[in-house]
Amino acid sequence: MYSFEPNEEQQMLIDAVGKYAENDLRPAAHDAEENRELPKKLVSKGWELGLLQASVPETYGGFGERSAVTGVLAVEEMAYGDLAGTLAVMTPSLFATPVLLGGSEEQKQEYLPKIIEGEWAPYTAALVEYAFDFDPTALKTTAKAEGSSFILNGEKAFVPFAKDAEALIVYANLDGGTQGFIVKKEAAGLSISEEREKAMGLNALPMYRIKMENVTAERLGGASGHDFELILSAMRVASAAAAVGVARSSFEYAKNYAKEREAFGVKIAQKQAVAFMLAEMATEIEAIRLLTWEAAWKLDNGKEDAHTAAYLAFTGAADMAMMVTDRGVQIYGGHGYIRENPVELLMRNGRGFPMLLGTAIV
Amino acid sequence: MTIEFEAPKPLVNMQNMLQTVAENMMRSTSREMDENEHSIPWDYIEFMHTAMRSMGGAGGLAPVEEKPKEGAEKRPPIGYQKLAVQIEMLAWGDVGYYLVTPGGGLGAAAVQAAGTPEQKAKFLARFNEEKPTFAAMCMTEPGAGSDTSAIRARAVLDEKTNEWVINGEKIFVTAGDKSFTEYEKLGKGFIVVWASIDPSAGRAGMRAFVVEAGTPGVKITKLEHKLGIRASDTASISLVDARVPFENLLGSPTVEKTTTGFKGAMATFDATRPLVAASGLGVARAALEFLKEKLKENGVEIRYGLPRQKLTSVEREVIDMEIMLKSAWLMVLKAVWMADNKKPNALESSMSKVKAGDVCTKITQKAVEILGPIGYSREFLLEKWFRDAKITDIYEGTGQINRLVVARQILGYSGSELR
Ligand SMILES: Cc1cc2nc3c(=O)[nH]c(=O)nc-3n(C[C@H](O)[C@H](O)[C@H](O)COP(=O)(O)OP(=O)(O)OC[C@H]3O[C@@H](n4cnc5c(N)ncnc54)[C@H](O)[C@@H]3O)c2cc1C
Repeated sequence: MYSFEPNEEQQMLIDAVGKYAENDLRPAAHDAEENRELPKKLVSKGWELGLLQASVPETYGGFGERSAVTGVLAVEEMAYGDLAGTLAVMTPSLFATPVLLGGSEEQKQEYLPKIIEGEWAPYTAALVEYAFDFDPTALKTTAKAEGSSFILNGEKAFVPFAKDAEALIVYANLDGGTQGFIVKKEAAGLSISEEREKAMGLNALPMYRIKMENVTAERLGGASGHDFELILSAMRVASAAAAVGVARSSFEYAKNYAKEREAFGVKIAQKQAVAFMLAEMATEIEAIRLLTWEAAWKLDNGKEDAHTAAYLAFTGAADMAMMVTDRGVQIYGGHGYIRENPVELLMRNGRGFPMLLGTAIV
Repeated sequence: MTIEFEAPKPLVNMQNMLQTVAENMMRSTSREMDENEHSIPWDYIEFMHTAMRSMGGAGGLAPVEEKPKEGAEKRPPIGYQKLAVQIEMLAWGDVGYYLVTPGGGLGAAAVQAAGTPEQKAKFLARFNEEKPTFAAMCMTEPGAGSDTSAIRARAVLDEKTNEWVINGEKIFVTAGDKSFTEYEKLGKGFIVVWASIDPSAGRAGMRAFVVEAGTPGVKITKLEHKLGIRASDTASISLVDARVPFENLLGSPTVEKTTTGFKGAMATFDATRPLVAASGLGVARAALEFLKEKLKENGVEIRYGLPRQKLTSVEREVIDMEIMLKSAWLMVLKAVWMADNKKPNALESSMSKVKAGDVCTKITQKAVEILGPIGYSREFLLEKWFRDAKITDIYEGTGQINRLVVARQILGYSGSELR
């Protein structure tokens, strides 16, 4: 059957996350970006919604089961509030979800309860590399087997909360394919930049460069490793959902503004040039939302073309987010260019998606 | 309810069956029909009529209501979903052919949307009879296209005979000829004519009338020559003192001054827009598949999974096309799923049409561009699909009109607040 309506449980979750996005994340977004800091309370309140906890089985300290569909619904809703806040709240998932998806039994037992049962704690992951042609399937960071361990060498960029992380998953090139490796905070040869990354947007989120020189690490999934494509696709649909949330936010601000602002004696929304932009924004958002839902559903149901679907959703979402957030600024006119107005930050965040892979996962 | 994307079995089966029809009956003669405008593909018409009757219903754009088997669990209705899948598949074969699939088309859809139960029973039964039968809808006039409130056709009640007397000029009537001209091989069809019973009342005065084939005073005055969809006839129809019985006015026979009449027309569009979108997407899929096939023959494989920076420009284009096509199709599915579940879908319906209009013109145009001479040559069907696709962005509300509908919906504006 085709069906396009979240179930009751998912709807409750959407409502709860939506409230947090609307009442907590949105009002905090501007100052957080300007001050380069997210209030701790804000993040722990988001953590307490229990999104990650609900996707981990009881045996590992959670209270539910992972569903990519539920995940993308929640991420869209939260990202509608603020992207930096969302990525912060979800940072522990960057570690926990790959462990859940590809970890060995021992790894799951060792890490999941610790992450799930406690307060929000910075477990994170490092995927992005500082290169124009960054490609998650052809990484420059390398891993070499040495006995039962692996030796990592390379550099990573945009690693959220790396500085305080207890442990992180580092993705590296092992014999031509990508694999994740668990690296502990105290590992010798691991260095984390003093300075935080400075980027066009997402400045509220502390992100760092890291460097590895002969770092000894443990392979995710143990000796036999894991299916990286599953992790990559879970990242792609999460990113796509976040892009939908960001775009929706810009669209909504622009729509409301267009109904208030007057020019030539009418509301600017009454001018077709503006109304059509809004219609197209709404249409493209809906298009990518559905594509993302379908990709997530295919992942949950192990469909053959699930990974292609996730790739297409991610690729389409990146373009859509740019188009929509650009028009958000356009509809505000000169005021859209001023940092006081929310569409400005949304445009900077909207541009990030092609490279933000690896900062969200469901 | 839940979120689910598993195609229901009956849809998959139907799709497979129709693919055979598309390949064997449509594609093989597509070119011939394109080059012999105004010829009628009787084989296809008769075959489809027989096939649809045996499947339990031939009604064109109105969904067949399924009677649940005794004892069987009641399943959610999928009538509109079925139609969308069916139309997409037929249009993948040849959208011109699809438009001459017998059944009620837009005419029956209007009866379905605006008619009383008695009228539905009376006018819709014919599509399941022995001979294939057509119906059409006449809204557009030389001076009134997008602005349907400007129609000048007039209906006056002759109280002595209790008949409506209709005068007017209608143009661009899809299947107008097959619905009105009495061909030996066809059953008796009808056209639904929109006319005003009170020109001073604007839209509130508009009503739809069923005009039976052969009604005196009604003439097919022209068959258009077109850019594409040449297998489909597009007729001009003139009505001079054409008389129809009182009860052929669709909807309530009491003639109050309300906008109900016009709302009837709009309800027709809510139901049919995603279906028109589906037809455009069928053409787009055909074009995209052809493009990929030709690229493959020439050793170009699309490397899914790579970041944009690493892709060739052709790969990028193809990937973008796929994103467009897949997401547009999901929008159609959502709109018809809403229709099946009786959820108001004016917004989703128009959005799917906006998107499909864009997507199918872009995909067909880009495919022709990428394939160069192969795309432009009449040796292949791609150049035809390019011409066929364009109509999707024009009829059933142009891309602009559907953007207006979407914008009004999201802004909460009336027609007078946003024109
Ligand atoms: C092959 C074919 C089959 C058809 N079949 C049928 C049929 O079966 N029954 C039927 O009744 N009609 C049918 N039509 C008519 C079709 O629905 C109209 O052509 C269409 O609605 C546009 O009307 P128009 O051609 O008068 O263009 P116009 O209304 O004159 O529009 C011209 C241009 O102006 C734009 N425009 C108009 N108004 C606005 C506005 N308010 N804001 C912004 N832009 C605007 C339009 O988008 C378009 O780009 C058919 C047409 C064709 C070509």
